[in-house]
Amino acid sequence: MDITTQSIDGGFAEPVFNAQVVFRAIMDAIARPGTVQNLPQLARPPAPLSATAGAVALALCDNDTPVWLDPRLQAEASVKAWVGFHTGAPLANTPADAHFALIANPKEMAALDGFAQGTQEYPDRSTTLILLVDDLASGPSLLLEGPGIEKTSMIAPPGMPRHFVEQWKQNNQRFPRGVDIILAAPGSLACLPRTTRIKTMEA
Amino acid sequence: MNAQSTDIATYNFAYLDEQTKRMIRRAILKGIAIPGYQVPFASREMPMPYGWGTGGVQVTASIIGPDDVLKVIDQGADDTTNAVSIRAFFKKVAKVDVTTETARATIIQTRHRIPEQPLTASQVLVFQVPIPEPLRFLEPRETETRKMHALEEYGLMHVKLYEDIAKHGRIATTYAYPVKVEGRYVMDPSPTPKFDNPKMHRSPALQLFGAGREKRIYAVPPFTDVVSLDFEDHPFEVQTFDQPCALCGAENVYLDEVILDDHGGHMFVCSDTDHCEKRQADGQHGHLAPETHSASGKMEPVE
Ligand SMILES: [Zn+2]
Repeated sequence: MDITTQSIDGGFAEPVFNAQVVFRAIMDAIARPGTVQNLPQLARPPAPLSATAGAVALALCDNDTPVWLDPRLQAEASVKAWVGFHTGAPLANTPADAHFALIANPKEMAALDGFAQGTQEYPDRSTTLILLVDDLASGPSLLLEGPGIEKTSMIAPPGMPRHFVEQWKQNNQRFPRGVDIILAAPGSLACLPRTTRIKTMEA
Repeated sequence: MNAQSTDIATYNFAYLDEQTKRMIRRAILKGIAIPGYQVPFASREMPMPYGWGTGGVQVTASIIGPDDVLKVIDQGADDTTNAVSIRAFFKKVAKVDVTTETARATIIQTRHRIPEQPLTASQVLVFQVPIPEPLRFLEPRETETRKMHALEEYGLMHVKLYEDIAKHGRIATTYAYPVKVEGRYVMDPSPTPKFDNPKMHRSPALQLFGAGREKRIYAVPPFTDVVSLDFEDHPFEVQTFDQPCALCGAENVYLDEVILDDHGGHMFVCSDTDHCEKRQADGQHGHLAPETHSASGKMEPVE
Protein backbone atom coordinates (compact mmCIF):
# COMPACT_ATOMS: atom_id res chain seq x y z
CA MET A 1 0.00 0.00 0.00
CA ASP A 2 1.47 3.38 -0.88
CA ILE A 3 1.70 6.30 1.49
CA THR A 4 -1.24 8.15 -0.01
CA THR A 5 -3.61 5.24 0.48
CA GLN A 6 -2.27 4.60 3.98
CA SER A 7 -2.74 8.19 4.97
CA ILE A 8 -6.30 8.45 3.67
CA ASP A 9 -7.51 5.15 5.10
CA GLY A 10 -7.96 4.30 8.73
CA GLY A 11 -9.86 7.30 10.07
CA PHE A 12 -13.04 7.08 12.13
CA ALA A 13 -15.85 5.30 10.30
CA GLU A 14 -18.39 7.39 12.25
CA PRO A 15 -16.44 10.56 13.04
CA VAL A 16 -19.04 12.18 15.31
CA PHE A 17 -19.90 9.14 17.41
CA ASN A 18 -16.45 7.57 17.44
CA ALA A 19 -14.90 10.83 18.64
CA GLN A 20 -17.46 11.01 21.44
CA VAL A 21 -16.73 7.44 22.56
CA VAL A 22 -12.98 8.02 22.56
CA PHE A 23 -13.33 11.35 24.36
CA ARG A 24 -15.53 9.84 27.09
CA ALA A 25 -12.98 7.08 27.63
CA ILE A 26 -10.25 9.71 28.01
CA MET A 27 -12.43 11.89 30.26
CA ASP A 28 -13.25 8.94 32.51
CA ALA A 29 -9.61 7.90 32.57
CA ILE A 30 -8.29 11.33 33.52
CA ALA A 31 -11.06 11.82 36.08
CA ARG A 32 -10.20 8.43 37.63
CA PRO A 33 -6.44 8.04 37.27
CA GLY A 34 -5.26 4.46 37.09
CA THR A 35 -8.56 3.04 35.91
CA VAL A 36 -8.37 1.15 32.64
CA GLN A 37 -10.92 2.28 30.06
CA ASN A 38 -11.62 -0.18 27.29
CA LEU A 39 -11.82 1.12 23.78
CA PRO A 40 -12.88 -0.72 20.65
CA GLN A 41 -10.60 -0.39 17.64
CA LEU A 42 -11.93 2.71 15.93
CA ALA A 43 -8.87 3.91 13.99
CA ARG A 44 -6.37 2.08 11.79
CA PRO A 45 -3.29 4.29 11.51
CA PRO A 46 -0.10 3.11 9.82
CA ALA A 47 2.45 1.43 12.13
CA PRO A 48 4.11 2.14 14.44
CA LEU A 49 1.27 4.46 15.50
CA SER A 50 -1.23 2.26 17.36
CA ALA A 51 -4.99 2.09 16.95
CA THR A 52 -5.60 3.51 20.42
CA ALA A 53 -3.09 6.37 20.12
CA GLY A 54 -4.41 7.11 16.65
CA ALA A 55 -7.98 7.25 17.95
CA VAL A 56 -6.93 9.62 20.75
CA ALA A 57 -5.26 11.89 18.19
CA LEU A 58 -8.35 11.86 15.97
CA ALA A 59 -10.59 12.71 18.94
CA LEU A 60 -8.52 15.58 20.35
CA CYS A 61 -6.19 17.06 17.73
CA ASP A 62 -6.93 19.55 14.98
CA ASN A 63 -5.40 22.57 13.27
CA ASP A 64 -5.34 24.45 16.60
CA THR A 65 -3.09 21.89 18.27
CA PRO A 66 0.52 21.42 17.15
CA VAL A 67 1.48 17.76 17.56
CA TRP A 68 4.97 16.49 18.24
CA LEU A 69 5.96 13.05 16.99
CA ASP A 70 8.79 11.19 18.66
CA PRO A 71 11.73 10.14 16.45
CA ARG A 72 10.30 6.66 15.89
CA LEU A 73 7.06 8.16 14.49
CA GLN A 74 8.82 10.98 12.68
CA ALA A 75 10.80 8.38 10.78
CA GLU A 76 7.60 7.07 9.19
CA ALA A 77 6.37 9.35 6.42
CA SER A 78 3.06 7.47 6.40
CA VAL A 79 2.43 8.33 10.07
CA LYS A 80 3.11 12.02 9.48
CA ALA A 81 0.83 11.96 6.47
CA TRP A 82 -1.93 10.11 8.35
CA VAL A 83 -1.91 12.47 11.35
CA GLY A 84 -1.82 15.48 9.05
CA PHE A 85 -4.57 14.25 6.77
CA HIS A 86 -6.99 13.11 9.46
CA THR A 87 -6.50 15.77 12.13
CA GLY A 88 -5.16 18.78 10.24
CA ALA A 89 -2.76 19.31 13.13
CA PRO A 90 0.52 21.01 12.27
CA LEU A 91 3.69 19.26 13.42
CA ALA A 92 5.35 20.98 16.36
CA ASN A 93 8.96 21.94 15.78
CA THR A 94 10.02 21.12 19.33
CA PRO A 95 8.46 19.29 22.26
CA ALA A 96 8.02 22.65 23.99
CA ASP A 97 5.71 23.87 21.20
CA ALA A 98 3.46 20.82 21.30
CA HIS A 99 -0.10 20.71 22.57
CA PHE A 100 0.03 16.95 22.12
CA ALA A 101 2.96 14.61 21.78
CA LEU A 102 2.71 11.11 20.35
CA ILE A 103 5.40 8.89 21.78
CA ALA A 104 5.88 5.46 20.23
CA ASN A 105 9.03 4.75 22.21
CA PRO A 106 8.51 6.02 25.77
CA LYS A 107 11.68 4.35 27.02
CA GLU A 108 13.83 6.67 24.94
CA MET A 109 11.66 9.75 25.16
CA ALA A 110 12.85 13.26 25.94
CA ALA A 111 12.61 14.43 29.54
CA LEU A 112 9.13 15.39 30.75
CA ASP A 113 10.29 18.91 31.56
CA GLY A 114 11.27 19.43 27.93
CA PHE A 115 7.60 19.61 26.96
CA ALA A 116 5.34 22.64 27.43
CA GLN A 117 4.53 22.98 31.14
CA GLY A 118 2.07 25.86 30.90
CA THR A 119 2.60 29.02 32.91
CA GLN A 120 1.67 29.76 36.49
CA GLU A 121 -1.19 31.93 35.16
CA TYR A 122 -2.16 29.59 32.31
CA PRO A 123 -1.16 26.11 33.49
CA ASP A 124 -3.49 24.65 30.84
CA ARG A 125 -1.00 25.64 28.13
CA SER A 126 0.92 22.43 28.58
CA THR A 127 1.62 19.34 26.48
CA THR A 128 -0.55 16.26 26.81
CA LEU A 129 1.67 13.23 26.24
CA ILE A 130 0.20 10.19 24.49
CA LEU A 131 2.46 7.26 25.30
CA LEU A 132 2.14 4.04 23.34
CA VAL A 133 2.49 1.11 25.71
CA ASP A 134 2.13 -2.65 25.12
CA ASP A 135 -0.36 -3.07 27.97
CA LEU A 136 -1.25 -1.59 31.36
CA ALA A 137 -0.46 -4.55 33.60
CA SER A 138 2.86 -6.24 32.84
CA GLY A 139 5.30 -3.53 33.91
CA PRO A 140 6.45 -2.35 37.34
CA SER A 141 3.46 -1.52 39.55
CA LEU A 142 2.70 2.12 40.14
CA LEU A 143 0.61 2.80 43.24
CA LEU A 144 -1.37 5.97 42.65
CA GLU A 145 -3.15 8.49 44.82
CA GLY A 146 -4.59 11.95 44.37
CA PRO A 147 -7.75 13.58 43.01
CA GLY A 148 -10.04 11.11 41.26
CA ILE A 149 -8.80 8.20 43.35
CA GLU A 150 -10.83 7.16 46.38
CA LYS A 151 -7.94 5.53 48.24
CA THR A 152 -5.28 4.20 45.92
CA SER A 153 -5.23 2.70 42.47
CA MET A 154 -2.67 0.62 40.66
CA ILE A 155 -1.38 0.48 37.16
CA ALA A 156 1.65 -1.26 35.66
CA PRO A 157 2.56 -0.07 32.15
CA PRO A 158 5.76 -1.62 30.78
CA GLY A 159 8.47 0.31 28.94
CA MET A 160 8.00 3.64 30.70
CA PRO A 161 10.52 6.50 30.40
CA ARG A 162 13.79 6.24 32.27
CA HIS A 163 13.65 7.46 35.87
CA PHE A 164 9.95 7.89 35.39
CA VAL A 165 9.00 7.91 39.07
CA GLU A 166 11.57 10.60 39.83
CA GLN A 167 10.57 12.63 36.76
CA TRP A 168 6.93 12.35 37.74
CA LYS A 169 7.64 13.55 41.25
CA GLN A 170 9.21 16.65 39.74
CA ASN A 171 6.18 17.03 37.49
CA ASN A 172 3.99 16.95 40.63
CA GLN A 173 6.14 19.63 42.21
CA ARG A 174 5.58 21.99 39.30
CA PHE A 175 1.81 22.00 39.94
CA PRO A 176 -0.30 23.73 38.71
CA ARG A 177 2.13 23.57 35.79
CA GLY A 178 3.08 20.22 34.36
CA VAL A 179 2.27 17.61 31.74
CA ASP A 180 -0.54 15.07 31.69
CA ILE A 181 -0.13 11.57 30.30
CA ILE A 182 -2.48 9.35 28.33
CA LEU A 183 -1.28 5.74 28.26
CA ALA A 184 -2.52 4.17 25.03
CA ALA A 185 -2.51 0.37 25.11
CA PRO A 186 -4.06 -2.05 22.62
CA GLY A 187 -7.81 -1.90 23.26
CA SER A 188 -7.60 0.31 26.33
CA LEU A 189 -6.21 3.47 27.83
CA ALA A 190 -5.46 5.03 31.21
CA CYS A 191 -4.35 8.48 32.35
CA LEU A 192 -1.93 10.11 34.72
CA PRO A 193 -2.94 13.74 35.20
CA ARG A 194 -0.38 16.04 36.83
CA THR A 195 -2.19 15.75 40.18
CA THR A 196 -1.60 12.00 40.49
CA ARG A 197 1.11 11.01 42.93
CA ILE A 198 3.01 7.75 42.58
CA LYS A 199 3.42 6.34 46.06
CA THR A 200 5.79 3.45 45.64
CA MET A 201 7.13 1.33 42.90
CA GLU A 202 8.03 -2.32 43.07
CA ALA A 203 11.45 -3.26 41.82
CA MET B 1 -23.94 2.39 14.03
CA ASN B 2 -27.63 2.03 13.37
CA ALA B 3 -29.67 4.00 10.91
CA GLN B 4 -31.10 6.24 13.59
CA SER B 5 -27.72 7.50 14.77
CA THR B 6 -26.68 8.16 11.18
CA ASP B 7 -29.74 10.37 10.86
CA ILE B 8 -28.68 12.32 13.91
CA ALA B 9 -25.22 12.87 12.48
CA THR B 10 -26.61 14.51 9.38
CA TYR B 11 -27.97 17.36 11.43
CA ASN B 12 -25.12 17.83 13.83
CA PHE B 13 -25.42 15.54 16.84
CA ALA B 14 -25.66 17.59 20.03
CA TYR B 15 -25.82 20.82 18.04
CA LEU B 16 -22.16 21.89 18.26
CA ASP B 17 -19.84 21.35 15.32
CA GLU B 18 -17.01 18.85 15.83
CA GLN B 19 -14.23 21.44 15.99
CA THR B 20 -16.04 23.28 18.78
CA LYS B 21 -16.61 20.04 20.65
CA ARG B 22 -12.92 19.15 20.38
CA MET B 23 -11.95 22.56 21.74
CA ILE B 24 -14.37 22.22 24.66
CA ARG B 25 -13.32 18.62 25.27
CA ARG B 26 -9.69 19.67 25.49
CA ALA B 27 -10.67 22.38 27.98
CA ILE B 28 -12.60 19.83 30.06
CA LEU B 29 -9.57 17.51 30.22
CA LYS B 30 -7.34 20.38 31.36
CA GLY B 31 -9.93 21.39 33.92
CA ILE B 32 -9.97 17.87 35.37
CA ALA B 33 -6.16 17.76 35.41
CA ILE B 34 -6.00 21.11 37.27
CA PRO B 35 -8.91 20.92 39.74
CA GLY B 36 -10.57 24.28 40.40
CA TYR B 37 -8.56 26.16 37.75
CA GLN B 38 -10.64 28.12 35.25
CA VAL B 39 -9.73 27.06 31.72
CA PRO B 40 -10.50 29.71 29.08
CA PHE B 41 -12.46 28.47 26.07
CA ALA B 42 -14.01 30.04 22.99
CA SER B 43 -17.68 29.98 23.96
CA ARG B 44 -20.09 29.64 21.06
CA GLU B 45 -23.43 31.27 20.42
CA MET B 46 -26.17 28.90 21.46
CA PRO B 47 -29.83 28.98 20.45
CA MET B 48 -30.72 30.38 23.86
CA PRO B 49 -29.79 33.59 25.68
CA TYR B 50 -26.90 33.87 28.14
CA GLY B 51 -28.27 33.34 31.59
CA TRP B 52 -30.00 30.23 30.31
CA GLY B 53 -27.05 28.05 31.00
CA THR B 54 -25.19 28.28 27.69
CA GLY B 55 -21.93 27.28 29.41
CA GLY B 56 -23.49 24.18 30.93
CA VAL B 57 -25.24 23.39 27.65
CA GLN B 58 -21.94 23.52 25.74
CA VAL B 59 -20.27 21.23 28.26
CA THR B 60 -23.15 18.77 28.14
CA ALA B 61 -23.22 18.89 24.33
CA SER B 62 -19.51 18.07 24.22
CA ILE B 63 -19.63 15.05 26.51
CA ILE B 64 -23.04 13.54 25.70
CA GLY B 65 -23.43 10.39 23.62
CA PRO B 66 -26.43 8.48 22.28
CA ASP B 67 -26.45 6.13 25.29
CA ASP B 68 -26.58 8.86 27.94
CA VAL B 69 -29.63 9.59 30.06
CA LEU B 70 -29.96 13.30 30.80
CA LYS B 71 -31.59 15.04 33.74
CA VAL B 72 -31.80 18.85 33.93
CA ILE B 73 -32.67 20.76 37.07
CA ASP B 74 -33.17 24.41 37.83
CA GLN B 75 -33.13 25.31 41.53
CA GLY B 76 -33.73 21.64 42.24
CA ALA B 77 -36.81 21.37 40.04
CA ASP B 78 -37.13 19.43 36.79
CA ASP B 79 -40.22 21.29 35.62
CA THR B 80 -39.17 24.95 35.40
CA THR B 81 -39.02 26.62 31.99
CA ASN B 82 -35.23 26.65 31.93
CA ALA B 83 -34.90 22.95 32.78
CA VAL B 84 -37.69 21.92 30.42
CA SER B 85 -36.18 23.88 27.49
CA ILE B 86 -32.70 22.48 27.96
CA ARG B 87 -34.04 18.94 28.28
CA ALA B 88 -36.16 19.41 25.15
CA PHE B 89 -33.13 20.84 23.33
CA PHE B 90 -31.01 17.74 23.95
CA LYS B 91 -33.89 15.42 23.23
CA LYS B 92 -34.14 17.08 19.83
CA VAL B 93 -30.48 17.58 18.89
CA ALA B 94 -29.03 14.42 20.46
CA LYS B 95 -32.10 12.19 20.65
CA VAL B 96 -31.00 11.09 24.11
CA ASP B 97 -33.18 9.57 26.75
CA VAL B 98 -34.18 12.15 29.36
CA THR B 99 -35.34 11.59 32.91
CA THR B 100 -36.33 13.41 36.07
CA GLU B 101 -35.03 10.57 38.24
CA THR B 102 -31.66 11.36 39.74
CA ALA B 103 -30.68 7.70 40.00
CA ARG B 104 -31.36 6.99 36.31
CA ALA B 105 -29.36 9.90 34.93
CA THR B 106 -25.82 9.55 33.59
CA ILE B 107 -25.48 13.32 33.07
CA ILE B 108 -27.22 15.85 35.30
CA GLN B 109 -27.10 19.47 34.19
CA THR B 110 -27.94 21.82 37.01
CA ARG B 111 -28.55 25.41 37.85
CA HIS B 112 -28.22 26.22 41.56
CA ARG B 113 -28.59 22.83 43.27
CA ILE B 114 -27.02 19.45 43.79
CA PRO B 115 -29.54 16.60 44.09
CA GLU B 116 -30.24 15.31 47.61
CA GLN B 117 -29.71 11.71 46.57
CA PRO B 118 -25.98 10.98 46.73
CA LEU B 119 -24.45 10.79 43.25
CA THR B 120 -22.48 7.81 41.99
CA ALA B 121 -19.28 7.20 40.08
CA SER B 122 -21.25 6.61 36.89
CA GLN B 123 -22.71 10.13 36.89
CA VAL B 124 -21.43 13.50 35.70
CA LEU B 125 -22.81 16.69 37.21
CA VAL B 126 -22.67 19.73 34.89
CA PHE B 127 -23.14 23.12 36.54
CA GLN B 128 -24.36 26.23 34.73
CA VAL B 129 -22.20 29.06 36.00
CA PRO B 130 -22.95 32.78 35.59
CA ILE B 131 -19.80 34.22 37.22
CA PRO B 132 -16.94 31.72 37.50
CA GLU B 133 -14.44 34.05 39.17
CA PRO B 134 -14.74 33.92 42.97
CA LEU B 135 -12.43 36.93 43.30
CA ARG B 136 -14.36 39.09 40.85
CA PHE B 137 -16.15 41.18 43.48
CA LEU B 138 -12.79 41.92 45.11
CA GLU B 139 -10.96 42.67 41.88
CA PRO B 140 -12.73 43.42 38.61
CA ARG B 141 -9.64 43.05 36.42
CA GLU B 142 -9.16 39.61 34.90
CA THR B 143 -5.39 40.10 34.64
CA GLU B 144 -5.26 40.72 38.39
CA THR B 145 -7.48 37.84 39.47
CA ARG B 146 -5.45 35.52 37.25
CA LYS B 147 -2.30 36.71 39.01
CA MET B 148 -3.92 36.17 42.41
CA HIS B 149 -4.76 32.57 41.49
CA ALA B 150 -1.28 32.06 40.05
CA LEU B 151 0.35 33.26 43.26
CA GLU B 152 -2.25 31.63 45.50
CA GLU B 153 -2.90 35.08 46.89
CA TYR B 154 -6.19 34.55 48.64
CA GLY B 155 -5.73 36.86 51.62
CA LEU B 156 -8.24 39.42 50.30
CA MET B 157 -10.91 36.75 50.12
CA HIS B 158 -10.38 35.90 53.77
CA VAL B 159 -10.48 39.57 54.68
CA LYS B 160 -13.83 39.92 52.91
CA LEU B 161 -15.28 36.94 54.74
CA TYR B 162 -13.96 38.27 58.03
CA GLU B 163 -15.58 41.64 57.38
CA ASP B 164 -18.84 39.72 57.13
CA ILE B 165 -18.24 38.31 60.57
CA ALA B 166 -17.45 41.75 61.96
CA LYS B 167 -20.62 43.16 60.43
CA HIS B 168 -23.09 40.30 60.86
CA GLY B 169 -21.50 38.16 63.55
CA ARG B 170 -21.21 35.37 61.00
CA ILE B 171 -20.24 34.81 57.39
CA ALA B 172 -23.33 36.16 55.62
CA THR B 173 -22.66 34.56 52.23
CA THR B 174 -25.23 31.82 51.66
CA TYR B 175 -24.92 31.31 47.89
CA ALA B 176 -21.78 30.86 45.80
CA TYR B 177 -19.91 30.36 49.04
CA PRO B 178 -16.23 30.09 48.03
CA VAL B 179 -14.42 26.78 48.35
CA LYS B 180 -10.81 25.67 48.10
CA VAL B 181 -10.21 22.70 45.83
CA GLU B 182 -7.57 20.12 46.74
CA GLY B 183 -5.81 22.69 48.90
CA ARG B 184 -4.93 24.91 45.95
CA TYR B 185 -7.47 26.89 43.90
CA VAL B 186 -10.24 28.99 45.40
CA MET B 187 -13.31 28.21 43.31
CA ASP B 188 -16.84 29.50 42.91
CA PRO B 189 -19.16 26.52 43.40
CA SER B 190 -21.71 28.37 41.21
CA PRO B 191 -24.73 29.95 42.88
CA THR B 192 -25.71 26.80 44.72
CA PRO B 193 -26.78 27.35 48.32
CA LYS B 194 -23.87 26.72 50.67
CA PHE B 195 -26.01 23.85 51.93
CA ASP B 196 -24.73 21.92 48.91
CA ASN B 197 -21.02 22.70 49.37
CA PRO B 198 -20.34 19.59 51.49
CA LYS B 199 -21.82 17.42 48.71
CA MET B 200 -18.99 18.52 46.42
CA HIS B 201 -16.36 17.26 48.84
CA ARG B 202 -15.01 13.89 47.71
CA SER B 203 -18.10 13.23 45.59
CA PRO B 204 -17.87 9.96 43.61
CA ALA B 205 -19.26 11.87 40.59
CA LEU B 206 -17.23 14.03 38.23
CA GLN B 207 -18.29 17.69 38.50
CA LEU B 208 -17.91 20.00 35.49
CA PHE B 209 -18.64 23.73 35.45
CA GLY B 210 -19.40 25.80 32.34
CA ALA B 211 -19.66 29.59 32.17
CA GLY B 212 -20.83 30.63 28.69
CA ARG B 213 -20.75 34.41 28.84
CA GLU B 214 -17.46 34.43 30.76
CA LYS B 215 -15.97 31.66 28.61
CA ARG B 216 -14.59 29.48 31.38
CA ILE B 217 -14.70 25.77 32.10
CA TYR B 218 -13.53 24.22 35.35
CA ALA B 219 -13.84 20.89 37.08
CA VAL B 220 -13.69 18.94 40.29
CA PRO B 221 -12.63 15.32 39.75
CA PRO B 222 -14.25 12.59 41.85
CA PHE B 223 -12.89 12.09 45.37
CA THR B 224 -11.34 15.54 45.48
CA ASP B 225 -11.18 17.75 48.55
CA VAL B 226 -13.59 20.69 48.36
CA VAL B 227 -13.41 22.75 51.52
CA SER B 228 -15.54 25.81 52.24
CA LEU B 229 -13.43 28.74 53.38
CA ASP B 230 -13.86 29.53 57.06
CA PHE B 231 -12.07 30.54 60.24
CA GLU B 232 -11.17 28.57 63.32
CA ASP B 233 -13.41 30.73 65.51
CA HIS B 234 -16.16 30.85 62.84
CA PRO B 235 -16.29 27.42 61.22
CA PHE B 236 -18.33 26.84 58.08
CA GLU B 237 -21.90 25.79 58.75
CA VAL B 238 -24.66 24.80 56.36
CA GLN B 239 -28.14 26.27 56.55
CA THR B 240 -30.47 24.33 58.79
CA PHE B 241 -34.22 24.32 58.69
CA ASP B 242 -36.31 24.15 61.86
CA GLN B 243 -38.99 22.01 60.24
CA PRO B 244 -39.14 19.07 57.84
CA CYS B 245 -40.55 19.24 54.28
CA ALA B 246 -44.30 19.90 54.49
CA LEU B 247 -44.99 17.39 51.71
CA CYS B 248 -42.64 14.46 52.33
CA GLY B 249 -41.38 15.09 55.85
CA ALA B 250 -37.71 15.00 54.78
CA GLU B 251 -35.19 16.45 57.20
CA ASN B 252 -31.66 17.59 56.45
CA VAL B 253 -32.59 18.60 52.92
CA TYR B 254 -32.69 22.04 51.33
CA LEU B 255 -36.16 23.59 51.56
CA ASP B 256 -37.84 26.34 49.54
CA GLU B 257 -40.53 28.55 50.99
CA VAL B 258 -43.77 28.29 49.01
CA ILE B 259 -46.42 30.97 49.46
CA LEU B 260 -49.86 29.35 49.78
CA ASP B 261 -52.20 32.36 49.87
CA ASP B 262 -52.10 36.14 50.23
CA HIS B 263 -52.70 36.00 53.97
CA GLY B 264 -49.17 35.02 54.79
CA GLY B 265 -49.80 31.29 54.54
CA HIS B 266 -46.68 29.44 53.47
CA MET B 267 -44.94 26.11 53.70
CA PHE B 268 -41.44 24.78 53.34
CA VAL B 269 -40.93 22.03 50.79
CA CYS B 270 -37.99 20.19 49.25
CA SER B 271 -36.23 22.22 46.58
CA ASP B 272 -35.31 18.87 44.97
CA THR B 273 -38.65 17.93 43.40
CA ASP B 274 -37.56 14.43 42.34
CA HIS B 275 -36.40 13.64 45.87
CA CYS B 276 -39.69 14.90 47.33
CA GLU B 277 -41.86 12.99 44.86
CA LYS B 278 -39.86 9.80 45.38
CA ARG B 279 -40.32 10.03 49.14
CA GLN B 280 -44.06 10.67 48.83
CA ALA B 281 -44.37 7.77 46.40
CA ASP B 282 -42.60 5.64 49.01
CA GLY B 283 -45.27 6.59 51.53
CA GLN B 284 -43.45 9.35 53.40
CA HIS B 285 -45.69 12.27 54.26
CA GLY B 286 -45.24 15.73 55.68
CA HIS B 287 -47.88 17.57 57.63
CA LEU B 288 -49.35 19.28 54.55
CA ALA B 289 -49.20 16.31 52.20
CA PRO B 290 -52.30 15.92 50.09
CA GLU B 291 -54.28 12.96 51.44
CA THR B 292 -55.23 11.77 48.01
CA HIS B 293 -51.63 11.40 46.95
CA SER B 294 -50.97 8.03 45.44
CA ALA B 295 -47.79 6.28 44.52
CA SER B 296 -48.61 6.45 40.83
CA GLY B 297 -49.49 10.12 40.80
CA LYS B 298 -46.05 11.40 39.89
CA MET B 299 -46.36 14.28 37.46
CA GLU B 300 -44.31 14.17 34.32
CA PRO B 301 -42.95 17.55 33.31
CA VAL B 302 -44.33 18.89 30.06
CA GLU B 303 -41.72 18.75 27.33
ZN1 LIG C 1 -40.13 16.92 50.37
